[in-house]
Amino acid sequence: MRNLVPGMFVGVIFGAGLALSDMVNPARVQAFLDVAGAWDPALMYVMGAALVPSAIAYLIRRGMRRPLLGDRFSIPESRTLDRQLLVGAAMFGVGWGLVGFCPGPAVAGLVLGAWQPWLFVGAMLVGMALHRVFISNRAPAPASEGLSS
Amino acid sequence: MQTISPVFAVGGGLLIGTAAALLLLLTGRIAGVSGMVATATRMTVAGTPWSQATAFIVGLPIGTALIALLVRTPEVIVTSSVPLLIIAGLLVGFGTRLGNGCTSGHGVCGIARLSPRSLAATAIFMASAAATVFILRHVIGG
Repeated sequence: MRNLVPGMFVGVIFGAGLALSDMVNPARVQAFLDVAGAWDPALMYVMGAALVPSAIAYLIRRGMRRPLLGDRFSIPESRTLDRQLLVGAAMFGVGWGLVGFCPGPAVAGLVLGAWQPWLFVGAMLVGMALHRVFISNRAPAPASEGLSS
Repeated sequence: MQTISPVFAVGGGLLIGTAAALLLLLTGRIAGVSGMVATATRMTVAGTPWSQATAFIVGLPIGTALIALLVRTPEVIVTSSVPLLIIAGLLVGFGTRLGNGCTSGHGVCGIARLSPRSLAATAIFMASAAATVFILRHVIGG
């Protein structure tokens, strides 16, 4: 219960934010990415607003020895820009741009009656499994793997 | 598609940021959806405990359903074909695991703590996504 309740509580708030801000709508996201077309600034407002409480929490955290319900903070410490990070981010961006879904909105949007999020999430899980089979099982885990974000 | 009121955009953003803030201060964890999905489906054992990640992932559509019932029902407008949806899903799944994060983990949480890895990742996925849309709409589709 110590894990379930905060996980669910936070997930519900996060999902509510994605729906209220229309980020669950891929057309809204693609319109933000379409800088040469009819550009829609909504995603910029969403990210800008999201950064405020998030940044405040990281400042508060500096004065805390441990989280309120846990033993320690698990925040990635690595500062190395390795090739996996750069290539992975570039691949993710291409997929994100192609249809306008990223993981959070696609999962949150599963309940909105459209079939496309289901297909996308299915393919995304296959992509994650392929990474597991071809990358993480082959090489020793990189330093950053221990604390995935 | 109508423009969305900035009140909804900012309000939604504040909810997302509040969720990330609560997760950090309550449990000490990063609110990264791609990592949580991988943990919930047992594709990684690193990071968030399984039960917490799974509860978080289940919570996402519940939160969206609550907004749909109480405030506004968001449209899901998808113009992409089935093969494109599959290719995009594969790239997003593989890429977020390789790059250790997505819009939430790198974008919202990483930028908030000024992580150099997250700043670089966010700049790269924003640029490659915008370039993809440009090619899709103004080069191929133009």
